[in-house]
Amino acid sequence: MNLELLTPELTLAAVAIIVILLDLIVPRKGLLAVVSIAGVVAAAGFTIALWGGSSQAIFNNMLAVDNFALFFKLLFLAIAALVILASTDYVSKFARFQGEYYALVLLSALGMMLMAATTELISIYIALELTSISLYVLVGFLKDPKSTEASLKYLLLGAIASAVLLFGMALVFGFTGKTQLGEIAQAIQALSLTGVLASPGLILGMVLMIAGFGFKIAAIPFHMWVPDVYEGAPTPITAYLSVASKAAGFAIILRVFYSAFGLPQWLSLDWGMIFAVLAAIGMTLGNVIAIPQTNIKRMLGYSSIAQAGYLMVGLATVGIASATDIVGRSSLLFFLASYALTNLGAFIAIIAISNKLDSDLIKDYSGMGKRAPLLALALTLCLISLIGMPPAAGFMAKFYIFSGAVQHGLLWLVVIAVINSVISAYYYLRVVKVMWLGEPASEEKVPSSGALRLALSISCLGVLLLGIIPGYIMKLAEVAAKMFVF
Amino acid sequence: MDFNYLTTIIFLPVAGAILIAFIPGLSQRAIKWLAALFTFVPLALSIYLFAIFDRSAGGIQFEEKLSWIPAINAHYHLGVDGLSLPLVILMTFLGFLVVLISWKIDLRLREYFAWLLLLETSILGVFCSLDLLLFFLFWEIEIIPMYFLISIWGTGRREYSAIKYVVYTLFGSAMMLAGILSLYFATGSLSMVEIAQGGLAMIQSVMPVAAIFLFLLIGFAVKLPVFPLHTWLPDAHTDAPTAVSVVLAGALLKMGGYGMIRLCVTIFPQVAQQYAPLLVAFAVVSVLYGAAVTLRQTDLKRLIAYSSISHMGYVLLGIFALGQVSLVGATLQMFSHGIITGLLFAMAGLVMHNAGERDLRKLGGLVRQMPIIAVVFSVAGLGALGLPLTSGFAAEFLVFVGSFSSTVVSGIQVYTILGVLGIVITAGYILWMLQRVFYGPVLEKFNVVKDADILERVYMFAFVAVIMLVGIYPAILTDVIKTGILPIMGLLGLGG
Repeated sequence: MNLELLTPELTLAAVAIIVILLDLIVPRKGLLAVVSIAGVVAAAGFTIALWGGSSQAIFNNMLAVDNFALFFKLLFLAIAALVILASTDYVSKFARFQGEYYALVLLSALGMMLMAATTELISIYIALELTSISLYVLVGFLKDPKSTEASLKYLLLGAIASAVLLFGMALVFGFTGKTQLGEIAQAIQALSLTGVLASPGLILGMVLMIAGFGFKIAAIPFHMWVPDVYEGAPTPITAYLSVASKAAGFAIILRVFYSAFGLPQWLSLDWGMIFAVLAAIGMTLGNVIAIPQTNIKRMLGYSSIAQAGYLMVGLATVGIASATDIVGRSSLLFFLASYALTNLGAFIAIIAISNKLDSDLIKDYSGMGKRAPLLALALTLCLISLIGMPPAAGFMAKFYIFSGAVQHGLLWLVVIAVINSVISAYYYLRVVKVMWLGEPASEEKVPSSGALRLALSISCLGVLLLGIIPGYIMKLAEVAAKMFVF
Repeated sequence: MDFNYLTTIIFLPVAGAILIAFIPGLSQRAIKWLAALFTFVPLALSIYLFAIFDRSAGGIQFEEKLSWIPAINAHYHLGVDGLSLPLVILMTFLGFLVVLISWKIDLRLREYFAWLLLLETSILGVFCSLDLLLFFLFWEIEIIPMYFLISIWGTGRREYSAIKYVVYTLFGSAMMLAGILSLYFATGSLSMVEIAQGGLAMIQSVMPVAAIFLFLLIGFAVKLPVFPLHTWLPDAHTDAPTAVSVVLAGALLKMGGYGMIRLCVTIFPQVAQQYAPLLVAFAVVSVLYGAAVTLRQTDLKRLIAYSSISHMGYVLLGIFALGQVSLVGATLQMFSHGIITGLLFAMAGLVMHNAGERDLRKLGGLVRQMPIIAVVFSVAGLGALGLPLTSGFAAEFLVFVGSFSSTVVSGIQVYTILGVLGIVITAGYILWMLQRVFYGPVLEKFNVVKDADILERVYMFAFVAVIMLVGIYPAILTDVIKTGILPIMGLLGLGG
């Protein structure tokens, strides 16, 4: 038993409990955020200490400690830290349950970290549920009708998705007799081609698992919850959902499909094509429906559906490339990192602005360039990054992921994707236009707290860094993509 | 270690932009002087580079190469050759003069100059990059400043024009990105130099080479622009503020022509020969259609905007005639059109600013109130219609002679003669425009209109001096351009 390999997770769990207990005794609730962030930083420290070591599987091959998992753990911890920073203002408005808020953020981060590391179907399911249940509660935290409706919708649809996923897992287990991903892979490879074809249940199981995970990453047609939940949830939680939950979904898909269904080649070609088609539909519909939106959170909801489409271009590449080719996986990791920074930056700016305006309507952002020039500049940078234009991270991410796809004969998909980027420019720039060209409704400045400003500067600097000198993070992503235990 | 001239030239403007944007409490005067300083130094440096450029050696000089993103084999690779150096000078020249042209702007000054300087950096970057990713990065950065410059400081339907510009350009660059990615996949390299040297032998994929060529070509054709992808241009030009029109017509369109020579012709010489007849036909349509539409414009700026389409048609004709003389002519035409049309837009801006009117039907008789503007406007106009002793004559003459004698496209003589007809129409609309603005009965309402002031005379003189200099002694540029074109002729297999 190697408990030291589990130190990041254990730290996070302990801090979550400490925060709840502290909430009972300390009167100054600001301390809770500080403790939470300290816990996240400590967990990140332990994660970095583990980086670069040889890959290991622990607990009867249920958990993997490899660079792939560690990359995602760092990503989730960074996201959690930024979300907590961005939440401090927001949460101080609640009279009660501030400790629970931070604890739930930490617990869901814990769930995601486990999701990135598990290599066994049942523990995958448990990690997924740990994440989801924390998020269901967080979405309903405002307790107003919109937030409650969002939470209920998320819960019901999430439960259905879980059921579908579980059914898929059961089918896979039924045909292979195994739950550990590596053993499933061996069982499948032992089957002959006719053996697999004679068992359509196995393929059905695979498809159902795509559906179950597709809910997490907001892939069309499993995206129905996205706009309502994004609009209703507290904005920091919307940010959290849009990046962390999506990244966790991609982590688990990558691990399951690459490890368990990666060979034989024709099988991975199959699911690669499924993801290619989902990607094409996802980005097109997401972008087209985003155009008429008037609420910025809803707009970013649809935009995140489109971004999931670009990310699935990477999944399709992984499916179509041979198992030793890492470009698909590493470009997916890089895209996730840059998307996380970009979207968080955009949402943090929105949090700051809506704190003052009490509105998420795009037309109320009119003249923001005069009322809060730096916030508007940051939001503009993030929106440009979402379009995929330099010098922001989104450009490099798209270039990297598309170059992988072109290398594996997906030129048609890349052409659809780049045309989609043009469509998306229209609605992202509409927000930019309103902010810089519109007349301000009042001359009042928009204030922002120190914590928000810190979080915003970190994400914007990250966006620029990944856009101009992405070499180092790409290297990390490559290392992470190479080290894979199954 | 040598001094990194190109990096300095490219990034000085953006450094100025950052200073202007973020130093608190700058006075309006200080902002303008900063902008002037951070554009003048690049101009001086680029003229110095032009002076020390080794004309006998040719090839790529002042090279800088650093590893940038090892994961995808991208390099920070800059360099100029005879093809790009004149365009770099063109941009730095216009970059400095547009600051002077913008001297009277007073709306949101800080943002205005910040965007203008960022625009200069991105265009210079395009001309100097020798790495495809770096090239594309600079190519895309240009869009955002243009969007803001047109939509905030423009006139008329400025927001519509700005978004139209963005969507067209993004569509073009989306195609270009697909082309660059295919090229990268096919060769495993992002270096323009390596790919051009390796030639098509490096392309090992099953993907048709012509598809990559066409992807890239569409991207550049939107920019140049080539009929029928030109419709963004009149709107953007008409509604942009004067200084931005100058940069747009003067330097931005040249990115398209430059890209065609640098990538389409150099990397795919065989494919270029194959498609040359089609593209030459498009060029002639652009020339004639552009000129014909120009004839019936009643808005001063729109008229000049449409004339650009016609003049860029000559560039396309010169490029895809694929002769040595015609390619030199096309490059010279890019330079010459940049200066001449830049001056035309500057003069049109002055007329509009001083007389408060841009409708040709309501203008007239202004020669009495603004004699200096009238003379300079006429010089620019005569340059545009290709009068000897102006740079326009030298450039168009080379294009026509080169195209006429080209051996690549059969029947090019017919196309060239049709193209020459464009000159006749040009003479028509230029003279008609001058007549309607400056001559005819003196109008009461313009009695108090002022002529150019000292600052305006300074930049007018600079423009006219360059036009005359290149017109009288074109070899000052063609000697350099030739060193850039000769290697391409070698690749085309037409001797060098």
